[in-house]
Amino acid sequence: MITLHYFAGLRELTGKSQEQADLAGKTVEDLMHWAADKYPGFGNGSARVAINEEYALPTDVLEDGDAAAFIPPVSGG
Amino acid sequence: MKAFEVVSQPINPQAYADLVLRPEAGAVTLFTGHVREWTKGVRTLYLAYEAYVPMAEKKLEQIGQEIEEQWPGAKAAIAHRIGELQISDIAVVIAVSSPHRKAAYEANEYAIERIKEIVPIWKKEIWEDGEEWIGDQKKKPEGEKL
Repeated sequence: MITLHYFAGLRELTGKSQEQADLAGKTVEDLMHWAADKYPGFGNGSARVAINEEYALPTDVLEDGDAAAFIPPVSGG
Repeated sequence: MKAFEVVSQPINPQAYADLVLRPEAGAVTLFTGHVREWTKGVRTLYLAYEAYVPMAEKKLEQIGQEIEEQWPGAKAAIAHRIGELQISDIAVVIAVSSPHRKAAYEANEYAIERIKEIVPIWKKEIWEDGEEWIGDQKKKPEGEKL
């Protein structure tokens, strides 16, 4: 299982800050499509994905136990 | 306290300046970013910051490492506050020490630019007539939500 984390506007859109999903073996790009299908409006943003707290590439593959986070455009400072 | 951290309590800037002060430092630059009331004619009541804390602290530390590589002899400490912040509260503090002035100034500005690029921290502005996550979309002063 993969643990998914949602923040800011995406947390409000999904109504949850995290959930588990059976996405091991899928790519980051697959993950984005999965989220866009599940949550209307999700695909409109420009979120990046981090795997285990490092920014990932669309071609990176999720492994069982990974933490994947959707990172909307950041605005700290 | 840590040299690179996300905190939920008010920030004391001096504590971070003290962290980077060393005998070989001839300069310490201390930047504090504050909650601003007016942005492009829209009045903010308060801000709500949210972070992916473990990754944010890792990225702040990475910025510190980048600074030490680009400005040899420089040392940084950075803290960002999350939760509800009122007008004029300190949201972020960046302390940089270096043997000479120029590197301390340059590295400090580099740090805030990098924070805005890579550190997973989000800001929601709460106005009199609405609210919005900043960075997600174009500003809608009428307060239409995401």
